[in-house]
Amino acid sequence: MENLIEIKGVRHSYRTASGPLPVLDGLDVTVPEGGFVAVVGPSGCGKSTLTRLVAGLLIPDEGTVNVHGTRITAPRSNVGMAFQNPVLLEWRTILDNVMLPLEIVPNKLTKAQGEDRARKLLALVGLEGFESKRPSELSGGMKQRASLCRALIHQPEVLILDEPFGALDAFTREDLWQTMHKVKAEEPFTGVLITHDLRESIFLADQVVVLSGRPAKTQFVMDIPDTGLRTLEDLYTPLAAERLNVLRHQIEVAQGRVAA
Amino acid sequence: MKARQVLVPLAAVVVFLVLWEALVWVMGWPNYKMASPSDLIPAYEKYWSLFLIMGWQTLWRTIVGLLLAVIFGTGLGMVMGFSRTMRDALYPLLVGFNAVPKATVVPIVALMFVGWHDFNTVLIAFMISFFPIAVSVSIGLSTLEPEYRDILRSLGASQAQVFWKIALPKTLPEFFGALKVSVTLAFIGTNLMEIVSPHGRGLGALFDSGKTNSDYPLMFAVLIALAFLGIVLYYIVVALEKIFAGWADRTV
Repeated sequence: MENLIEIKGVRHSYRTASGPLPVLDGLDVTVPEGGFVAVVGPSGCGKSTLTRLVAGLLIPDEGTVNVHGTRITAPRSNVGMAFQNPVLLEWRTILDNVMLPLEIVPNKLTKAQGEDRARKLLALVGLEGFESKRPSELSGGMKQRASLCRALIHQPEVLILDEPFGALDAFTREDLWQTMHKVKAEEPFTGVLITHDLRESIFLADQVVVLSGRPAKTQFVMDIPDTGLRTLEDLYTPLAAERLNVLRHQIEVAQGRVAA
Repeated sequence: MKARQVLVPLAAVVVFLVLWEALVWVMGWPNYKMASPSDLIPAYEKYWSLFLIMGWQTLWRTIVGLLLAVIFGTGLGMVMGFSRTMRDALYPLLVGFNAVPKATVVPIVALMFVGWHDFNTVLIAFMISFFPIAVSVSIGLSTLEPEYRDILRSLGASQAQVFWKIALPKTLPEFFGALKVSVTLAFIGTNLMEIVSPHGRGLGALFDSGKTNSDYPLMFAVLIALAFLGIVLYYIVVALEKIFAGWADRTV
């Protein structure tokens, strides 16, 4: 399969008052078309910087970020983003929020077609009947669902999820994990998921990348070759426990608590 | 609008007038110490055409001053909201400018543009009222969460699109909050100039002529007329706020 996203040898520093602060130092991540890669690592290791690189919001000091073989040097309209903060526009209805990218990205959809697609996506994530509500009338989990629809409305090549479920309670989070599988089956995408939650990473992704502490480099890669529909029960099998143990150990190495 | 929303404030006004009348009557104050509401009615009857002419003078100059304050204040707020350098550069100047009591500026401006009564009245109304607008717009823009910007910028949106689609609407509640403060400030500015300026016009000049002629009920009548205009303009702003920033109201 062709690699849709290729990040090679990326180094990046932020300029701060006390000199350059290196955040990425030798980052390699590849995501095949249709793949879903989870990136985990210690707090503040540069995971969010990675999403900004893929979105073209940030150009790395060294190394390359390619999407579809094209080097990313500026934002392009073929990405969808969702963050921990759902950042819905409070003055718009849920439907108008979801349709926002269509106002920016060049597309061939008429307004009616765009609306149909938005309604379809909202129904897919279980928000049917909430189209004309305002964000302030929705719970945190529902806002995140709407934010996910907005990230997908323009059929982006790459979906970037930066800890989208981080602020939700455990049960809502598990609900949303299952929603993600449903969405991926209906609306296939290539995704990068940033997360702190190891269970989330092995449940959703087909590859987990562990980053080292700051400045981050790719420290460890685990493939999750499971195919077919995953269920929450799969998280309570000996195989899942073994994977979590390995990842847990890698995180501790990244934190510098234990030797590799 | 429900009947309650009209009747309750109206009843409050009636209660206020009755208490005022009763206070003057109980204390036995002569009208040069404190005029009572019943003293005002003859004043309005005698000078009603002057009240209409002068009231209009005051109103349009206040509104023009306020419009200039909105345009200039929003522009200044945008510059300071988007550029950190400009914010650092302009804030001390702006705060210093605002700290100067406008009552001291009024005689200077009155002399500087002597004879240009409309101009210097509008100028003071503007000078006194743009500050809250500039500050609120700049704070609204500079506190925009970076994720809002990223959502649009990652789609290839221009700065102008980010401003029109997100920054501007998101700042509207703060803007209207500031505008409510500015409305009353602009009235103060207009009247300061009308009172101080020789051969002034407007309700401030009417107040001044009441003072010169020892017509105390007229002076109180002017105060009430000013309060009335202030209320009208304030509720116009409230109505605009409901139309453009009603989404921010969580009490409904």
